[in-house]
Amino acid sequence: MTSEIPAEAENGTPMVLAESIRRSFGHNEVLRGIDLRVEPGEVLCLIGPSGSGKTTMLRCINHLEKIDSGRLWVDGDLVGYREHRGRLHELREREVCRRRADIGMVFQRFNLFAHMTALENIMEAPLRVRREKRSEVEKRARALLDRVGLGNRCEAYPSQLSGGQQQRVAIARALAMRPKLMLFDEPTSALDPELVGEVLDIMRGLAADGMTMVVVTHEMGFAREVADTVVFMDGGVVVESGPPGQVLVDPQHERTRSFLSKVL
Amino acid sequence: MALSADKAPGGEPGAQAPGSPAAPVTGAAGAGASTADVIKAVPVRHPGRWVGVAVLALLAAMLVHALVTNEAFHWDIVWKYLFSEQILRGLWATLFLTLYAMAIGVVGGVLLAILRLSPNPVLRSASWLYTWFFRGTPVMIQILFWASIGALYPRLSIGVPFGPEFASAESNTLIPLLGAAVLGLGLNEAAYMAEIVRAGVGAVDTGQAEASQALGMNQAQTMRRIVLPQAMRVIIPPTGNETISMLKTTSLVSVIAYTELLYAAQIIYSRNFQTIPLLMVAAIWYLAVTSVLSVGQYFLERHYDPAGRNRVGPSRPMRRDQSGVVT
Repeated sequence: MTSEIPAEAENGTPMVLAESIRRSFGHNEVLRGIDLRVEPGEVLCLIGPSGSGKTTMLRCINHLEKIDSGRLWVDGDLVGYREHRGRLHELREREVCRRRADIGMVFQRFNLFAHMTALENIMEAPLRVRREKRSEVEKRARALLDRVGLGNRCEAYPSQLSGGQQQRVAIARALAMRPKLMLFDEPTSALDPELVGEVLDIMRGLAADGMTMVVVTHEMGFAREVADTVVFMDGGVVVESGPPGQVLVDPQHERTRSFLSKVL
Repeated sequence: MALSADKAPGGEPGAQAPGSPAAPVTGAAGAGASTADVIKAVPVRHPGRWVGVAVLALLAAMLVHALVTNEAFHWDIVWKYLFSEQILRGLWATLFLTLYAMAIGVVGGVLLAILRLSPNPVLRSASWLYTWFFRGTPVMIQILFWASIGALYPRLSIGVPFGPEFASAESNTLIPLLGAAVLGLGLNEAAYMAEIVRAGVGAVDTGQAEASQALGMNQAQTMRRIVLPQAMRVIIPPTGNETISMLKTTSLVSVIAYTELLYAAQIIYSRNFQTIPLLMVAAIWYLAVTSVLSVGQYFLERHYDPAGRNRVGPSRPMRRDQSGVVT
């Protein structure tokens, strides 16, 4: 197996390219040969029952999780490794961090820094990682909070915000790094039903602006409306993938059908 | 507790004098109107509590009586030495000893905790071994050991390991009494602080470090900017206890004849044989300083957790929700 980007990727570098990714935790093989391809500007939704490996796959993309075998590229760069004379070398921390900085991630439980205000949460990484000028970062952070509809809550601490507001701040925090790819790990699963809409609205706006997004979600309505591609995973493999009109409306596999009949 | 002004006498148990016959009926009778009124019920009597109070009051009276009437306490001598120069100098030494030892303890504890959390098994075991040894041996032995290191290694030197020496000096000049005292107390304290810091770091949700790494922050930045500040809320209270405990533990240093508060008192009573009064002098000072430290700890805790605001929304239960929390 070579780590060169395969030839069929010639027409433009895919943003994410995964080839037969495997990952085990102890004896539990969570990913059993995943192939995935996300073009720039594309929105891909990963759906499937819990334990199917969606979240693990997402975490592999920014190297929060290591892969055991297979190859994974983000924007043409091998994730976590560098190839030199036919051998793979683990990347140094500095390299890993530099690549992660270009990939935004939004978590199910928001994970806002609890000891910082909304504004400080957003400014932290641009200041510490990119070492940008404070005045510029602050201007951008305030603009981002405005964009997610929280321009008046700059000084609020996470515990003073509702779940939906926290998740909107978390999205703004990821956007502050000007990522080329955004990963969403069940961004609305921890929210009260009435707060889901405000977060999905922001994500819809992002997709409309042409952001490349990989979204693990249980929101089938969102997937149908926004996704370019829907990938159904079960038991660590991709069962079925294609445009939402096909996978969600006219699934070819029995497993997809039975899953959809339960969640729709 | 919003009670109306005309509530019955004895409506509040604390306000009632022991043994005074309460007249709760007046309130209840006056209230008899609608259910919207503030409830004025007959409070439950707690005779057991009153017996306890009486017993304690008696014991307290006996104690005060004993302290005042027993001539052997020699309160005049206590008063005479309380602010004597020798004692004050000893107190000063105790304070600095506490400060230095806690500084070594806190810095060493953080380093040990970071080692303990390292992915490298050798670094991890080294930290474990340190904690095992320094917690497993009496601090008194450690102090005596450092004070008598000269017997083990008369000279200490700096140089290439197993190679040439660059400089060397007498152990006893390199590690004077103060050094032995600070090393003995500080290195021991580091072992305890390591456990406290580790618990504090462990109490921070792993999602915090993950979010930090996902943003491209490296491990050092994640630790310094994200994890440790949040761990402080858990680390501060036991560290305050450790400081207060350290202040008293410094008295052990008297065994190597370093003149801190207790040894200063001992020097005096070995001359004038007023053992009890001078021990009282030392005890009074220890009590005074620990009281001041306790107050300081209270404000420090409030600083690091004002109204429980440093909490992530739904992932943890709210302790207080006075800040308009909407979780």
